[in-house]
Amino acid sequence: MASFGSFALIIALILAAYNLVAGALALRLIATGQPSPISPERLADTARRAGIAVFIAVTAAAFALIWSVFTNDFSITYILEHSNRALPGPYKFSALWSGQEGSLLLWAWLLGAYGFVLRLTHKRDVKLYAYAGAILAGIQVFFLAVLNFAAPPFALLRGTPPADGNGLNPLLQYPEMVIHPPMLYLGYVGFSVPFAFALGALMMRYPGEKWIKITRIWTMVTWLFLTCGIFLGMHWAYAVLGWGGYWGWDPVENASFMPWLTGTAFLHSVMMQEKKGMMKSWNVWLIFTTFLLTMLGTLLTRAGLVSSVHAFAQSSIGTWFIIFMGIVLAVCIFTYILQRDHLKGEHQIESLVSRESSFLFNNLVLLAACFVILWGTLFPILSEYVVGNKVTVGAPWYNTVAIPIGLFLLFLTGVGPLLPWRSTSMKSVKRNFVLPVIALWATVIVCFAVGVNPWKGGAFDQGNFYALVAFSMSAAVMTAICSEFLRGAGVIARQSGRNHFAAMVLLVRRNTRRYGGYYIHIGVVIVVIGLAGSAFNRNVESEMALHDKINIGPYTLECVGASQDSNANYNSDFAMLDVYKDGKKQFQMTPEKRVYLASEQPQTMVAIHSTPAWDLYVVYEGTNPDTQQPIIKAFLNPLVGWIWAGVALMAFGTIIALFPSITPATASLRVPAARTAPAEPALGGGD
Amino acid sequence: MGAPARFTFWLKSLQAVALAVAVCFSLGAGSDTGSRYNKLNHRLMCTCGCAEILGECNHVGCPNSSGELDELRAGITGGKSDQEILNSFVGKYGAIVLAAPTTQGFDLVAWIAPFAVFAAALLGTILLVRRWTANTSPDQALASDPATDAFKEQIRRETDSGNDGGF
Repeated sequence: MASFGSFALIIALILAAYNLVAGALALRLIATGQPSPISPERLADTARRAGIAVFIAVTAAAFALIWSVFTNDFSITYILEHSNRALPGPYKFSALWSGQEGSLLLWAWLLGAYGFVLRLTHKRDVKLYAYAGAILAGIQVFFLAVLNFAAPPFALLRGTPPADGNGLNPLLQYPEMVIHPPMLYLGYVGFSVPFAFALGALMMRYPGEKWIKITRIWTMVTWLFLTCGIFLGMHWAYAVLGWGGYWGWDPVENASFMPWLTGTAFLHSVMMQEKKGMMKSWNVWLIFTTFLLTMLGTLLTRAGLVSSVHAFAQSSIGTWFIIFMGIVLAVCIFTYILQRDHLKGEHQIESLVSRESSFLFNNLVLLAACFVILWGTLFPILSEYVVGNKVTVGAPWYNTVAIPIGLFLLFLTGVGPLLPWRSTSMKSVKRNFVLPVIALWATVIVCFAVGVNPWKGGAFDQGNFYALVAFSMSAAVMTAICSEFLRGAGVIARQSGRNHFAAMVLLVRRNTRRYGGYYIHIGVVIVVIGLAGSAFNRNVESEMALHDKINIGPYTLECVGASQDSNANYNSDFAMLDVYKDGKKQFQMTPEKRVYLASEQPQTMVAIHSTPAWDLYVVYEGTNPDTQQPIIKAFLNPLVGWIWAGVALMAFGTIIALFPSITPATASLRVPAARTAPAEPALGGGD
Repeated sequence: MGAPARFTFWLKSLQAVALAVAVCFSLGAGSDTGSRYNKLNHRLMCTCGCAEILGECNHVGCPNSSGELDELRAGITGGKSDQEILNSFVGKYGAIVLAAPTTQGFDLVAWIAPFAVFAAALLGTILLVRRWTANTSPDQALASDPATDAFKEQIRRETDSGNDGGF
């Protein structure tokens, strides 16, 4: 199977190279009109078919690796290092992305899958798709070259293979790890497609903004995958790492967050290009940057440039990535300089207070946030280079620098959609902003009343201050968005005689993109509320003998036993804790500590009881070697559940926005003729 | 309601809000004497290579974190100031033990650069928008070249097949 897999990868590389060369040649012949022995159109079609075949070849290679995991073929070094016989079936799939070679193969396979879909749908615009296909083939050549020459997943072990493998990293033996990495990779890899379209459209001086409409769905789907991937990663960190938090500003976490920020900026600013023909150069560079950041993230993860909790071991493939990024950047700059006159804006911003300028500021803040994270991630390297002293840039720095920018972004989330295009009148400001401002101040007062006081005890508390600002701003933004919904639904309800709920459904269906976007914004607000809750986290740690009790918040935890268990994969110690509230037993929690047999590595299995108000989060920290008593650390983390709920709403909003809107004419078919609604309700913000 | 009455109404509303905020400021005052240890262990890193904040490192049998935490407790009970404790950690483990760069020397660049870049970008954007709005009247912006605009609109129509509404 190893030979089959290696052969499939070589074939894939040859096919991708053919796709790139033949595709580029065909496009050159078409552009210059030079005579050639073969029709350029036919040549381009052979290139496209080669691109489809790349996917089949990479699929064969991925299948070979999975097959080798399931058949315990420890003659393959990768399988030996990342699997073992007792590894449960679902986690055998995880072995595909648990190491460097496998994760690169996953990347190549996903890129092949995206390319497969792109090449099958080429009839939408044959020439543009040919350009995008050739560029995508260039990216595939790079990854397949790395897989063939620098990080081969089918490298064979010298000598006799051992009877069993080293096992999968215990951190990866958790259900979310079966879906988090592929989801994240779908997001990372997916940005190659809008990048290919943007570069292709620029190369061919594509008229109009159709390429943006074509890539919109690709970009949104990719953004959705990346969003879900990032949050699944947060949930995994929360449930597995056992430190009570979900985001540690680790370089690898940052690496996934940076393209998300620029991708989000792109999704907003393309609207300016579609509606106003503005920010064309900006958009092109945003998508170039996003793609380069996905590459940088991969480089950071694999090259060992920065220390990380979950970076892969240092290896030589960092050089490959640096060279590739250099080539991509050079191609982008060269193409831009050559074609920049094609990107001239058709209109300019007319007012500082308008929808256009809010998009501009939104982009500015998102890019500033991206810069801050990049700066923090790379500063240790810079510091070592400049003063020879490596420093740590950890959570305290990010919390001080990034949170204010995040809060400003939250402010724009609420303000932006309420501003009309072109310019804003005072009347419009009053109509749209009075309620949000009232909600903001009411929340400030309520927060102070319940004890969210940044100056409690005379000293300034940064966490409380940020929480206060986040809660009050969230209330304002939520009020602004809800009032937009209600205003639109009210107009439809009055004019069509529907009830408010039906009117709201119709409102969303008429403009899925706009109201899907609002759902996403509401999701963001809910996530921010959840994040702000971390300012009030509490924890208590104690060694617990039988019937010992610890108190945290409204809960009392009583140790009613400690036990051990074992299976073929791991041994575990766990404590049994009865949880009481108001003197009544509510439930039992069993935090666990496992030691995996193959790798001999320990792993925490946190016990979490979630409610909308807080999570009771209990960690079995280990056993006191002197007393043999379990050491328990309990956290009370307020509002964590809101984060996951907010993400679900963000995903829902994205799915809504992906659906095409129904036309008002279609909608009116269900309305009595005399009461037909107008084309679009008179909404304050305009669209 | 006339203009003076409206002004008085808003002024009184503002005063009421300010009073309410002032009252709330005084609520819940108290002290948290146990927070110093927690604050300091969140300003330090575990040095075992796990790249975690000292106060959050929970590896079973971590060779370093318990020793570091003991040193921290000893420093606090020994009457050292926060800065003295942090200095002693830096002296022993190097600057990498601090969870964030200091505000001295080259480290200061880490703190200044993000705000400087953000401020410069913000200022630049405001100036750019102001220049655009000063140089271009709304009518000019919308119809600077009707023939070109019509042509571009035609291209859009011809190349556009989808209906996106418009967010």
